[in-house]
Amino acid sequence: MTAPHRASEGSRDVVTLRLGDEVLAVPARSLREVLEPMQITRVPRTDDFVRGLINVRGAVVPLADLRVPFDMPRKPADADTRILVLELPLAGTLSVVGVIADAVHEVTQFDLSSLEDVPAVGTRWPPHLVTAIGRWNGRFVILPDLEAIFDSYLGGADTSPPSELEHSSCD
Amino acid sequence: MDAETLAVFREEADALVESLQDGLLALHDAPGDTALIDRVFRDLHTIKGTGAMFGHTALAAFVHDFETAFEKIRSGETAVTPDLVNLSLRAYDCIVRLLAGEGRDEAEERSVLADLARHMEGAEPPAEGWRVTFRLPPDTLALGGKPELLLEELSALGQARVQVLADRLPDLGTLEADRLHLGWQIEIEGAPDEQAVRDVFLFHEDDMELEIAPLHPDAAPAERDAPAPPDAKAPAAAAPPKTGAAPAMRVSAERLDEMMDRVGELVIAEARLAELAAASSDPALISVAEDIQRLAMGMRDTTMSIRMTPIGSITGRFRRLVHDLSETLGKPINFSVTGEETELDKTVIEQLTDPLMHLIRNAADHGLEGTPEARAEFGKPPAGRIDLSARYSGAEVLISLSDDGRGLDEDRIRARAIDRGLIAPDADLQRPQVLSLILEPGFSTAATVTELSGRGVGMDVVKRTIETLRGSIDVSSEPGHGTSVTLRLPLTLAIIDGLLVDVGGERYTLPLAAVEEIVELPPDKRHSNGSTQFLDIRDRLVPFLRLRDLFSTTGEPDPFQKVVVVSAGSSRIGLVVDRIIGSNQTVIKQLSPLHARLTTFSGATILGDGTVALILDVPHLVEHGPTAPVLESAA
Repeated sequence: MTAPHRASEGSRDVVTLRLGDEVLAVPARSLREVLEPMQITRVPRTDDFVRGLINVRGAVVPLADLRVPFDMPRKPADADTRILVLELPLAGTLSVVGVIADAVHEVTQFDLSSLEDVPAVGTRWPPHLVTAIGRWNGRFVILPDLEAIFDSYLGGADTSPPSELEHSSCD
Repeated sequence: MDAETLAVFREEADALVESLQDGLLALHDAPGDTALIDRVFRDLHTIKGTGAMFGHTALAAFVHDFETAFEKIRSGETAVTPDLVNLSLRAYDCIVRLLAGEGRDEAEERSVLADLARHMEGAEPPAEGWRVTFRLPPDTLALGGKPELLLEELSALGQARVQVLADRLPDLGTLEADRLHLGWQIEIEGAPDEQAVRDVFLFHEDDMELEIAPLHPDAAPAERDAPAPPDAKAPAAAAPPKTGAAPAMRVSAERLDEMMDRVGELVIAEARLAELAAASSDPALISVAEDIQRLAMGMRDTTMSIRMTPIGSITGRFRRLVHDLSETLGKPINFSVTGEETELDKTVIEQLTDPLMHLIRNAADHGLEGTPEARAEFGKPPAGRIDLSARYSGAEVLISLSDDGRGLDEDRIRARAIDRGLIAPDADLQRPQVLSLILEPGFSTAATVTELSGRGVGMDVVKRTIETLRGSIDVSSEPGHGTSVTLRLPLTLAIIDGLLVDVGGERYTLPLAAVEEIVELPPDKRHSNGSTQFLDIRDRLVPFLRLRDLFSTTGEPDPFQKVVVVSAGSSRIGLVVDRIIGSNQTVIKQLSPLHARLTTFSGATILGDGTVALILDVPHLVEHGPTAPVLESAA
């Protein structure tokens, strides 16, 4: 989790989005497109995190809900709801996944030196699921460790060290 | 050389060596078949030709020597014997290693060639020396050939006297400086053997005039100056790589996959069009939609048939394996293959090789009795039998591997399973369930792990491979009479005919080929009472499973629920759904790794209106459905 400091040269392009009362940022280079809410097929007998499937231009794509690992209340889709289509390494291969957001704000730059580690105590964020905390428009922004989060739902194995993310999302 | 050319060469060479091995094994059973001998010879020659063309000089040189030895057989001087076939198979292995470019064993190559030469007629008779007369084609110089190098090489073989043959020199007026009109005659004293001399001309032989004669004619057999093989003039063109095949074209698997994807999209778009047309009730539109539907179906079938490969394409290596096993184990084995023309998706075929090799190894090593005497006790002939058969069964292909060996010992399996903690000591299992325990990880019945069957791959690996192909395995065995392992595999992994059903407003697809019939749920069964329930369908009890319960569906069930009776193997199960929507073309899309542990579904598909529907894994439901609908862990 000290990785962002090591690579403190320069900045990182991120997309900011709202989820519940929080603002999250995901690497812009993982983002393929942002979609309006669409017909979601429920997948029975699976974890709430990947309870849906969507059709993204003829491909069947799993739809993940980050509110599940972060233990946030869920609410029905409204006019602001969006689906972010991301490309992430899953089980070693680059896969396309959808992620639900209550709203998508903008693509912005984070100065890497301004990123901070997650405090070990006093936050409601499981530290192993977050790479860093940033600031945007005077608010705290969470940079979730998407790879670790998705990994933890792959084989039921423990989450991998977040430093992994540095290789794939910051260069 | 660019990667694509190399790939073409590899592919061609693979087909050739496969054909070569088939031919050699067939020769083992039919030693006098001249057509077979010709085929082997032709394969060798083509391998040499392509090898040389693609710069595999070591390969070409080796095959050349192999071919030379085989020439004796073709000319009828030497008969084919089992020893010779074994020797040739060893040579074949060398070729495979040379082709792969790794694991080359030069000592083995030399020893194989020496053995071959010895076998043909004892060693070559020693010669005092050779008189070599050769003329290269006139365009040699223009093509960059250097005759002086040949002369140097020949001179290095022994004491050489070179003489130029200028008898074909034209008049100076018509002489073209870049054409070669000269010939040479070289007398080499104490040259090693004819082969060494011939090797110098290895890559020129096809179009040149070459005569090699002993310096002292009485010291060597008469037909020394035998010309190069008659079909040597046009090595590649004269040798069809496969016998009995229709003209074929090689297409990369990648392009086929791409085409399959496009057809998949087409089928989905076609379904959308059909829906629109039906809604519009415009007769012209409906008729066009029907035409498009027919064309799309034809397109789908053709594309899928392109991907289909006969099982026969991999049985050659099984024959070889059995041949080798028979030698190593000292057990005579008759191996037969039926249904070689049965076709399966190429991807399926490729992944089947290893599991089948493993099953054959098991059958030969553990299945068959060690000695003819042990077999005689059961009144069986001395030679063991291993049969591989493939046949269609609905939308599945059944591949069985049976042996007539000692069969599986139920008690031993049970004891081992208890020992390994696979089952509880007091578990009450039927015989088929006990037998299927051998497929579990960590199970091995062989008291001593042998070099052959104990190499890490267990039956559990076989099971896993078959399951990733959406197939299943049945084991049956009769003590004293043998064991039979049957693999059930889906015909294709790409597009199926599906039956679309509605469960609580959600749509699911199941393979139509698995559907036996659809009946209405009797009114007295409408409400779940918790225990496993059965339907009485024409005096047969069929267990049924409420998909609404399985999928935790909310809302009121349809007052007239239907039961779709599906089968897999010999078992059947009824699936209770709310409504039948109809049949549809189902393009199977794999689920993401996030859903890899979800065993209820085998994939997903995209419907005409663009929404995603899950495809039910029927074999899994049939196997586990009635007993454990709620035990499955969430993936």
